[in-house]
Amino acid sequence: MLSQNTVNIVYLIAAVLFILDLKWMAHPRTAVRGNLTGALAMGLAILATLLSQKQEWSYILLGVAVGSVIGAVAALKVKMTSMPEMVGLFNGFGGGASILVAGSALIAAQQALSQPGQMQMKVATVASGIIGSVTFFGSYVAFGKLAELLAVKWKLTPWQKVIKYGVSLATAVGGVWYAVAAGLGSWTLVTAGAAIVVAALLLLKKDRFPGMDALKIASGVVAIGLGVLLVVHPENIELFWALVMVSGVLGVILTISIGGADMPVVIALLNSYSGLAATATGFVINNTVLIIAGSLVGASGIILTQIMCKAMNRSLTNVLFGTMGPTSETPDADEVYRTVKSTSAEELAMVMDGIQRVVIVPGYGMAVAQAQHAVRDLANLLESRGITVEFAIHPVAGRMPGHMNVLLAEANVPYEKLKEMDEINPTMEQADVVIVIGANDVVNPVARTDPKSPIAGMPIIDADKARTVVVIKRSLSPGFAGIPNPLFAADNTLMYFGDAKKAVIDLIAALKEY
Amino acid sequence: MTDLVMLLTVFVLAIFVGFEVITKVPPTLHTPLMSGSNAISGITIIGALVLAGAIGEPKLSKILATVAVAFAAINVVGGFLVTHRMLEMFQKKK
Repeated sequence: MLSQNTVNIVYLIAAVLFILDLKWMAHPRTAVRGNLTGALAMGLAILATLLSQKQEWSYILLGVAVGSVIGAVAALKVKMTSMPEMVGLFNGFGGGASILVAGSALIAAQQALSQPGQMQMKVATVASGIIGSVTFFGSYVAFGKLAELLAVKWKLTPWQKVIKYGVSLATAVGGVWYAVAAGLGSWTLVTAGAAIVVAALLLLKKDRFPGMDALKIASGVVAIGLGVLLVVHPENIELFWALVMVSGVLGVILTISIGGADMPVVIALLNSYSGLAATATGFVINNTVLIIAGSLVGASGIILTQIMCKAMNRSLTNVLFGTMGPTSETPDADEVYRTVKSTSAEELAMVMDGIQRVVIVPGYGMAVAQAQHAVRDLANLLESRGITVEFAIHPVAGRMPGHMNVLLAEANVPYEKLKEMDEINPTMEQADVVIVIGANDVVNPVARTDPKSPIAGMPIIDADKARTVVVIKRSLSPGFAGIPNPLFAADNTLMYFGDAKKAVIDLIAALKEY
Repeated sequence: MTDLVMLLTVFVLAIFVGFEVITKVPPTLHTPLMSGSNAISGITIIGALVLAGAIGEPKLSKILATVAVAFAAINVVGGFLVTHRMLEMFQKKK
């Protein structure tokens, strides 16, 4: 057995290695080493913990085996286009683990908690329960919205139905079963009631509903009230589960009401919560490595949240509580799109003859169509003809921070070619052709020109300043912001309608023939 | 210094270190940063292991801790693996 001091020293080493991991994440060359260092730190901390006390191995091995297999399969199978869903879901497991550790510690410490004092552990248990539960249920909703199985009006595939109705049913049945098994007291009934509310909310087809704000405030207030009660009566475990389920209602409402365009912000925020939940758990069990690692993740999530908000010119409060969408002053789409010019692959091949510089602006449409490899082929073909090709990446393009970068890296596009918005905007006027692939709001000039627009002031990529703009898009349907885009009807714009992947492949063929 | 004050000191300093280090990560790597930090938040596995392996604790406590071990292990194994997969793509040569 290792002494407690030895274990703490190992924890300290692990904490330092976690910091180095994040430090090395600052450059693509060192990032692989950083990630491996983080994994090493985790391994050291786990090993020291296992050697610190006599263990009953059966429980540990079962948990580790099940979790490792699920995690490994998910990590190796997931497609790069589905990374937002995966990260969204994984945030939730961190939150779930925090709830369960706090609950387990609460039961194990009943003897000690009947003595006065222990304020730190009681308060931290409440914090773990609330933050963990908001993260857990919020992450499931974020995953469901990204995988398009929650809060949607259209028909679901059988698998989507299995997940949607399965999770909803399991939550309701679990809550009721718990209330019956633990005896129908007032707190167990609160737990069951909250579980049924969560289950019902997951079945909604809209992301907003009447009474939403009232329910949001009510669940927040009740959760805090239950937290105070739990601090006073830590021997009442039923209070803890009621607290967890009521916080779950809060987590579901907070996430379900957030629009698709704001998904990058939500994932970053939930990322931060999952770290803070780990920190709170660290205070429950008096463990410094949990506090340090959790704080690092918490800080990381907060920074990413800030960057995303800034990239949309919106405050966090506005994302969490505001609405975004067409207002009565939004111009009519038919009016805006009167002068749209449609084009074909052959015509584009002609336009692109003899030019010198092309800038490609990818968006979520490229991810949906899995067009990243075709786009890479197009870039390579243009370069083989002596044309400079660059990619302009808007910070909120796609559905999570850095989404486009990962897809293009998958397609072997060197990262030096990916330019940030601020870097490329001053040079847009020198671009002969800008190709917008499946992006909409992030190139909408209305953000610059119309102060009344819902996206007014949002920094955009100045695609409209290029000599010729080619927009590859399936239709003229609006983007997440729900407003028409005058860029599509501009004099120097050619609309090339079609699925991003097929359109790009056709363009390559036409270029080769020309 | 009491335990609580010491832990709070660690907490506040760690937040500051986090801010300093992560501000330097470029947007290109924001997705791997998220999945990597996600793996780090699986550190809760430490607390889960202590409670799951403890001898003589109530059975319910151990069952909850075992599920927590599984959840955190998904985070740790899945998080580090998928981050590695992504980062290797950034390193590939033409």
